[in-house]
Amino acid sequence: MNAAPDRSRGQAGVRAGSAAIAAALPGALRKLDPRRMIRSPVMFTVEVGAVALTALAILHTSGATEGESAAFVAAVAAGLWATVLFATFAESLAEGRGRAQADAMRSMRRDTPAKRLAGASRAAATEEVPSTALRGGDHVLVEAGDVVPGDGEVVDGVASVDESAITGESAPVIRESGGDRNTVTGGTRLLSDWLVVRITADPGASFLDRMIGLIEGAKRQKTPNEIALDILLAGLTLVFLVVTATLLPFSIHATTSAGRGEPIGLAVLAALFVCLAPTTIGGLLPAIGIAGIDRMVRANVLATSGRAVEAAGDVDVLLLDKTGTITLGNRQAAAFLPAPGVTEGELAEAAQLASLADETPEGRSIVVLAKERHALRGSEIETLGATFVPFTAQTRMSGVDLDGRSIRKGARDAIVKHVERLGGRVDDETIATCETVARGGSTPLVVADRARVLGVVELKDVVKGGITERFAELRSMGIRTVMITGDNPLTAAAIAAEAGVDDFLAEATPEAKLAMIRRYQSEGHLVAMTGDGTNDAPALAQADVAVAMNSGTQAAKEAGNMVDLDSDPTKLLEIVRVGKQLLMTRGSLTTFSLANDIAKYFVILPAAFGGIYPQLARLDLLRLHSPTTAVLAAVAFNALVIVGLVPMAMKGVSYRPRPAADLLRSNLLVWGLGGLLLPFPCIKLIDLLLASMGVP
Amino acid sequence: MTRAWIEIAATLAMALVVAVAIVPWLTALLPTERPLHGLLGRVAGAIERRLLGAAGAWPARGMRPGEYAASLVVLHAVGFVVLLGVLRLQGLLPWNPQGLPAVPWGIAVNTVVSFVTNTNWQSYAGETTLSPFSQVFGLTVQNFIAPAMGIATMFVVARGFVLSGSGTVGNCWQDVVRAAVMLLLPLAVLLSALLVREGAAQTLGALSGPAGGPVASQTAIALVGSNGGGYFNANSAHPLATPTPLANALQIAFMLALPIAACLAFGRWIADRRQGRAILLANALLFLPPLALLVTAETAPNRALPAGIAQGHDADHDGGSLEGKEARFGTGASALFVAAATATSTGAVDAMHDSLSPLGGFVALWFISLGEVVFGGVGTGLAGLVAYALLAVFVAGLMVGRSPEYLGKRIEAREMKLAMLALLVPPVTTLLGTAVAAVRPAMAAAAPNPGPHGFSELLYAFASAANNNGSAFAGLDAASLSWTLGLAAAMAAGRMATIVCLVLLGGSLAAKRPVAVSSGTLPTHGPLFILMLAGAVVLVGALAFLPALALGPLAEALEGPLGGTR
Repeated sequence: MNAAPDRSRGQAGVRAGSAAIAAALPGALRKLDPRRMIRSPVMFTVEVGAVALTALAILHTSGATEGESAAFVAAVAAGLWATVLFATFAESLAEGRGRAQADAMRSMRRDTPAKRLAGASRAAATEEVPSTALRGGDHVLVEAGDVVPGDGEVVDGVASVDESAITGESAPVIRESGGDRNTVTGGTRLLSDWLVVRITADPGASFLDRMIGLIEGAKRQKTPNEIALDILLAGLTLVFLVVTATLLPFSIHATTSAGRGEPIGLAVLAALFVCLAPTTIGGLLPAIGIAGIDRMVRANVLATSGRAVEAAGDVDVLLLDKTGTITLGNRQAAAFLPAPGVTEGELAEAAQLASLADETPEGRSIVVLAKERHALRGSEIETLGATFVPFTAQTRMSGVDLDGRSIRKGARDAIVKHVERLGGRVDDETIATCETVARGGSTPLVVADRARVLGVVELKDVVKGGITERFAELRSMGIRTVMITGDNPLTAAAIAAEAGVDDFLAEATPEAKLAMIRRYQSEGHLVAMTGDGTNDAPALAQADVAVAMNSGTQAAKEAGNMVDLDSDPTKLLEIVRVGKQLLMTRGSLTTFSLANDIAKYFVILPAAFGGIYPQLARLDLLRLHSPTTAVLAAVAFNALVIVGLVPMAMKGVSYRPRPAADLLRSNLLVWGLGGLLLPFPCIKLIDLLLASMGVP
Repeated sequence: MTRAWIEIAATLAMALVVAVAIVPWLTALLPTERPLHGLLGRVAGAIERRLLGAAGAWPARGMRPGEYAASLVVLHAVGFVVLLGVLRLQGLLPWNPQGLPAVPWGIAVNTVVSFVTNTNWQSYAGETTLSPFSQVFGLTVQNFIAPAMGIATMFVVARGFVLSGSGTVGNCWQDVVRAAVMLLLPLAVLLSALLVREGAAQTLGALSGPAGGPVASQTAIALVGSNGGGYFNANSAHPLATPTPLANALQIAFMLALPIAACLAFGRWIADRRQGRAILLANALLFLPPLALLVTAETAPNRALPAGIAQGHDADHDGGSLEGKEARFGTGASALFVAAATATSTGAVDAMHDSLSPLGGFVALWFISLGEVVFGGVGTGLAGLVAYALLAVFVAGLMVGRSPEYLGKRIEAREMKLAMLALLVPPVTTLLGTAVAAVRPAMAAAAPNPGPHGFSELLYAFASAANNNGSAFAGLDAASLSWTLGLAAAMAAGRMATIVCLVLLGGSLAAKRPVAVSSGTLPTHGPLFILMLAGAVVLVGALAFLPALALGPLAEALEGPLGGTR
C-alpha cells in the first residue's frame, strides 16, 4: 500500500545506523538484569545457562574440576552470552528508534508560560502561570504567537494554528469553538487571532505524554498474541531443557554399555540447549512488538496500546466514510445537460454566471467546467455590475441578477417551485434528466432564467483514483469494505458500485452506524472505522479498531484506540498493513526458529556421541572439522542469526495483500524451508573459519 | 514381496470400508441433546435412559468443563479401586478353575493402572496369573470403560467447535454410556463373531492350559477399543486368538476403523466434511511413509544371518526377517500389524517387537513417541491431533497476519497452554522415566541386551507407558517393583494430563463465539495445511526424541551396512 514515505524514513534510519547502535549498547547491558529478563522465559533460561557455564569455566581454569577443556567451556559460555546480549541489543535498538522522536516531542513539552483566565471568557482577568501548573478545567487565553500550553477544547474564538510539531503538516489549520474542530493540542502554536481554551488534561497525562510513553516502550504491555506465543515458546523451552538434561543419563548408560567414549559434557549440553531453544524468535519478540508500534508512529498514527496494533491485523470489515476516503471531498460539476431548445453553451454561460460569486467548491467547479468545455472566462462579479443572490435555507437557491436576467440554480424541487411561482413550468424532459442523473449517483442542479428552464448541471461525486484497485486488494485479503454516507440509497448505491465497495450504509446516522458495527461483530467480524465528530464517539467506542482523526473532537479521540495525526481517512488501509506485518513477522520467525533445529541436531549429535557410537558419524552430513568446531559453529550460528534478523524484525516481513493461502505458501517456503536449509551452509562456513583459525 | 504389499493394501482398504460404515452411527452419537433417530436409535435411546436412570443420572444435564474433567478423573479412580479389589481378592472370587492366588501388589497396581488408563501394558502372563473371572469382570470391563472415556474426551473437543458461547460441554455419564454401550459393544460383538468364524476360541468352560476361554470376545474389545491387552501372554500371536491370516487382517482393520471413522465424523459434526477429510489425510501422510519403511525393513533378509541361508520369498514361504514373526501371517502382514498397533495406541502384538529390524523398531518407537495421535487411541487420538492442529494453526495463522483461529474458534493463551500441556506431558514423562531407568543399575539391568538395543528397550517401555500404548520390546524384564510402579506412574501421568487438558481445552473453545470466515482466513482443509499439521507432529516428535532415538534404534541401524540387521 502506501509504502513510499516509509521507505524514505527507512533510509534516514540507515544513515543514523552506527550512532543508533552505539546508543543501544548501554540499554542492551541494562536489560541483562535477570529481574527484567524473566519476562522472556526463553532468554532467561539461556542467561542462567551462560552464568552457570561461566562459573564452570572459571572452576576449570583454576583446576578445581576436570572434564572438557577450560577454553572450550569458556568459548561456549561466550556463545551463550552473545546470544543473550544480541537479543537485548535488538530490543534496545528498537526502543532507540522511537527515542529520537520522543525527545523531539519532549522538547515541545517544555514549560511554556500560560495566561490563565479567571473565567471562561476572554474578558476575564488573566494571570501568568507556568503550563505545568495548569489542571484540567482551567481556562487559558492563547493569542497569536503563543504556544498552546496544554490539550484542551476551544470554548471561544477562531484562530489558525500551526500543528506541524505534532503532525508534520506545515499548512495551518483552523480551530474554533463548537463543532468538530474545537480541540487544540499542547505544544502547537497559534498563528493568528486568539482562543479561549478549556484545559482537559492534567500535567503528565496529556496526549503528548501518552505518545512519548508509548514510543519509548515504557508502557508496553504484552498483547494477547504475544502471551500465547510466549506460552508456546516456554513449553518448547521446557521440553528442550528435559531433552538436553536427560541426555546426560542416556550417555552415561551408553558409555557403560558400549564400554567406550565419554558421557556428554556440560558445555556440549548447554550448547545443544541454546541451539534447540527458540532463541531466534524468543530474542527478537520484544523488538518486533516495539518496531510495530514504531511503524505506526512513522505512519503518523498513535495507537493507545500494542493490542490495538495487533487487532488492526485481524480486522475484516472496514467502515469507510464516503467523503474524503472513497470520493474526493466535494462534488464537482461533470456535465451540462441543456433543456430542449437550449444550447449547451447557453446553459454553461448561465450556470457560470450564477456561480461566479458562489465560493462553495461545487460553485467553483461549475465555473471551471464552463471554462474548460466552452472557453467561457469567468469575470469578476463586480465588473459586471451584477447582484449576487446567496443561498438561503428558505429559498434553497442561489444565483445572480444582472441586465434584467435573473438566473437561479438549485435543487430540482426548489427550482420547480420557483418557476411555477413565476407562472412557468418545468418541462418533462428536464425532470427525466434529473432522474437519470440521480440514478447515476450524481446530484442534479437545475438552472433557470426567470421562468425559463435552461437545463441541468450534473454534480458528480468523484471517486478517488486507484481506490477501486485497493478495495480489490482488500477483498483478496478477506477484508470487506463498507461505505458510510449520508446520501440517499440511490446515490449511495451508484457510488458504491463505481468504487467497488462490498456494502454501503446510506442515510447513515450515528445510531445506524453503531447498529451496523454491532451486527458485524455478532457475526464474528472485527470492525475498523474512522471518525472525527462527537456523534461518532459511540460507534468509535464499539469498533474493534477505531481511528480518530487528530482534527476531530476530544470525545472522538477518547473513544477511539488510535489517533491519526494526519487526519487522513485512507490511513486505515496503512494501519491494517502494519498490524498484519506485525503478526506475520512473529509467525515467520517462529517457523524459522523451529526449522533451524533440525540442522543443528545433525551437527551436534554426531559431535556429542561419535565417541560412543562411531556409526553416528554418518549423521554428520556436513563433514565438519572436529566435534569442538562443530559445537562452536552451531552456537555461533545461533547467536549470529539473531543479529542477522534484526533488520527484518524492525522492518517486518515484506507483505502485499493477497489471500491467506498464498501468503502461507510463500512465507512457509521462505521461512520454513529457508530455516531448514540455511543453517547447513552457514555452519559449514563457520566451521571452516574456526578450523582455519587453528581451533582443534 | 508383491503379495505382501497387496495384502497390506487390501487390509487398509478393509479398514476404510469398516470405518465408512461406522461414520453415520458415530456421527449421530455426538449431539446428545437430540434423541437418536430410527429404530436402532429408539432402542439405543431406551437403553440409555434405563442405564442412566438406574444410576440416577437421567435426565442428563450439561456439565461445566471442570465438572466433566473431574467426573472422568473420578471414573478412573473408581475403576482403579474396583479392579485392584478384584485382582487382590482373586483367590476368594469364583470362576477360578486353576485356583490362582491374589496378584502380587506391584504387578496388581501396574496392571490396574494399565487397564484403567487404556494402556494395557502387561507385566504378567494372562494364562498363569489371572482367573477367567478377573479377565472378564475385571479387565474387560475396563477395556470398555477406558476407551469410552477417550471417546468422551473426543466428544468434548468436538463440542468445542460445535457449541458457541456455551458454559457446558455435555454430560460425562451419558457420553461414556453412549461410547461403551452403543459404539464399542456392537463393534466388539461383530469382531468376536468374525474371529470365531475364523476359528478363534470362545468357551466358558474350565480353562486349563491353552485349551480355551472367552478369547475371541476379549481380543475383539482389546482391538476395537485400542486397549491391546491379550488374553494370552503371546497376545494376538497366539493361534487361539488369531488363527488365520484373515483373522489377522480383521484385527488390523478393526484397530484402525474407529480412529479413521472419528476423523470423518469430526468433519460431519462441525458441518464441514472437508475438515474431517483433511485430518484423515494428515493421518495418512504420517502413517504411510513410516509403514513403507517398516515393511521394507522387515521383508528384507536379516543380514545378521550367515550367507547361504535362504531368506527370499517364494510361492510357499514368506521370506524376510522372520525372527519373532508368525509364519502363518508372513512378514508383510506382521509389519502392518506392528504399525497399526503402535500408531493407534492399541499395543497389541502379533510379532515380537524386540526382534524387529533396527529400522522396524525405530518406526514402532516413532509412532508411539509421536504421542499416539497418528490415528491414535480411540477418541484421544483425534483429540490429540486437534491439539496439534491448534499448534500448527497458531504459527500458520500468525504467518498470514491474523490472530490464529481454527474452525472459527480463536486460539488464545488458555488454549495454547492446555494444548501444550496435553501434548508435552507424555514426551517429558518418557524422557524423565527413561533417564531414571538408565542410571539406576537395578532398573537398567532389566534390559537383557547390551548397547543401543538395550537402551531401546528402556526407552520403548517408558514411551509405551507414558503414551498409553501398552506394547513392549518384550526382552525387558519389567516385573521388579521399581519398574512396575515407575511405569504405572508414567501411564497415569500421560493419561491424566492428556484427558484433563483436552476436556478443558474443549470447554474453553465451546465458550467462545465463532469468528467469521473470509478469504483472509487460513484454509485448514487444503494440502498446505495438511502438510503443516503433519509437519508439526513430526517436528515436535523429532525435536523431542531425535537424541534418544540416536542412542537407541538409530545407532543400531547405522551399525554396519544399512538395512535389516540386528
